[in-house]
Order: sequence, then C-alpha cells, then structure tokens
Amino acid sequence: MAIGLAHYLAVATILFTLGIFGIFLNRKNVIIILMSIELILLAVNINFVAFSVFRNDLVGQAFAMFVLTVAAAEAAIGLAILVVYFRNRGTIRVEDINMMKG
Amino acid sequence: MAEMEAGSAPIVSLSALGDGEGWRKAGACGDVSIGPTAMILQAILFYVFAAAAVASGAMVVVARNPVHSVLFLILAFFNTAGLFVLIGAEFLAMILVIVYVGAVAVLFLFVVMMLEIDFVDLRSGFVRYLPIGALVGLILLAELVLVSVSWAVTKSGAVAPAVLPPGGVALSNTRALGDILYTRYLFAFQGAGLILLVAMIGAIVLTLRRRADVRRQSIAAQLARTRAQSVEVVKVPVGGGV
Repeated sequence: MAIGLAHYLAVATILFTLGIFGIFLNRKNVIIILMSIELILLAVNINFVAFSVFRNDLVGQAFAMFVLTVAAAEAAIGLAILVVYFRNRGTIRVEDINMMKG
Repeated sequence: MAEMEAGSAPIVSLSALGDGEGWRKAGACGDVSIGPTAMILQAILFYVFAAAAVASGAMVVVARNPVHSVLFLILAFFNTAGLFVLIGAEFLAMILVIVYVGAVAVLFLFVVMMLEIDFVDLRSGFVRYLPIGALVGLILLAELVLVSVSWAVTKSGAVAPAVLPPGGVALSNTRALGDILYTRYLFAFQGAGLILLVAMIGAIVLTLRRRADVRRQSIAAQLARTRAQSVEVVKVPVGGGV
C-alpha cells in the first residue's frame, strides 16, 4: 500500500489534537502549555510539507520554514517571560497570573 | 543551472519555480514507479515514524515530570524529521533537528531545570480538567477528520501517488528551496530574520537584571579617571610620616 497524503494528514491531525488536548489538560503548568503549542506548530508544519510535496508546490516548504522561525521566536520570548515572572513571583501557576485582571 | 542543460533532465527555470511548480517534475521522480520492496519499506518506515511521533506527542502531554515531557518533545521532533526525510523534504528535516532539537528543546530543558518549581502541585488539577480536555480534543479531532474526509471524497486536489525522490533528482530539495526563498519570498525571508532578531533582543532585555549585591566592573568609570582624581601629592614633613 502506498503512503499517500491522507496518511500524513492523519498524523498531523492527531498531533494537533494532542496539542490542544495538552493545553486543556495541563491548565496549571505554563511550560507544558508552551510545549503543546510547539506540538501544534509541528502538526501545522507536517501539513505544509505534506501538501507541498504531494501537490508539487514548493511554497509550502518555504512557509513551513517561516512557521519554524515564528515557533523559535515564540519559544524564546515565552520562556524569557516565564523566567522573569518566576523571578518576580516565585510561581508559574497559571491561576496566579492575574495581575492584569484580563 | 547552466550545467544541467547538458544533462537529459528538463530544466527548471526560475519563472517556473516562481509558480511553485516544476520542482518535482525537474527530477525524474514524478512518474517513476518504485519497486514493491521499496514501497513496503517506505510504508514500514512511515508507520514506525508516525507511531513514534504520535506516541511521544501523547507522552509530552501526559508525562508527570516536565523534564520527561521535554525529552519526549525532542523524540517527537526527531520522528517528524524522519517523516520529512521520507517524504522528500530533507532540508526542512535537518532544520527541524537543528533548530528544534538543538535550540528550542534545549531552551525548554534549561528553563525546566533552572526554575525551582513544585511540579506535583502543578499536576493537581489533572483529573479535574481531563473530561473537558477530552471533550474539546474529541470535538476538534472529529472536525479535522471531517475536513479530511470531505477533502478526500471530493477529490478536488489532483494528488499524485506518494513516491520517494530517488537520488537522481536534477534539483535537490535544498537548492530548489533556496531558489524560491531568495527570489520570490526574499522580503518574507528578511522579515523572518527580523523576527528572530527582535526575539533575541527581547529575550535578552527581558531576562537581564542588575543585581545590587554584586559588584561589577565599571569600565567607563575606570577609563574616565583623570590624574587629578587619582594622584595626590602630599608634602611630608621631616620625621612626621605620612
């Protein structure tokens, strides 16, 4: 049996759902939430690359690189904010992050 | 490009690349049928990589120890890189390993290990959030499956059969990607670089702190000293001492 586009899309779908699931499951731990976001972006990248290859269109891979860039920047800034927050408050519980009363 | 003209492989011009077409057609891989052994091997590799990626993705979410979560995240990235190699996107696979595993995951690992956090406390709401999380996850999964099914049923996309790119591709994946990235998406590429610069400066500015209890060397103050400030001429009386 040949591995087609649907197989890759299925993997991406499962990974994306796992990421969303992780955000809901680990409501208190910001680090796991950030990791779940990384999983989601990975799933998006799989989708981009799979469509790019199976439709003979390289643009998808170019945009997967941009997604990668944004993911790296997001991780760096997010973790920096996390470190600063922990230094000031001594905790990273999501419920305690309510100073701005959003 | 010129040296390829001698070969039998068709030439991919930049304008053809600009349309995003022609990358695969450049190589002789578009219609080449691979042998049954290679196909079975490809299927086996796909299922191994996919199963490992999904399993490690699940472990990222449910692992008790965040350090284990990070390690499983690294495993998921590696397996996805394997999937990318399998599908023919070698450059992105290498970038995934270098950027994600080498930089992002290690960053996560550093932060997890540096922060002194009671992770047991953070796990306390796990069971409470399980039903709502499972519900949302299932709804999302159903929606995505519906989208995929409808997309597959309508056959709107002319999907080529999955073929591995053989070695004799006229234009390698990396080169084709570079061609399109440095011509058509040059400004987006520059923008991506700018985003990385902003992220770097932002992370440094956010985490830099001046501690009052640490004495630091002030090079500017040292260099600004004049002779008048530092040398004092004292007239010492005879037998008086300084």
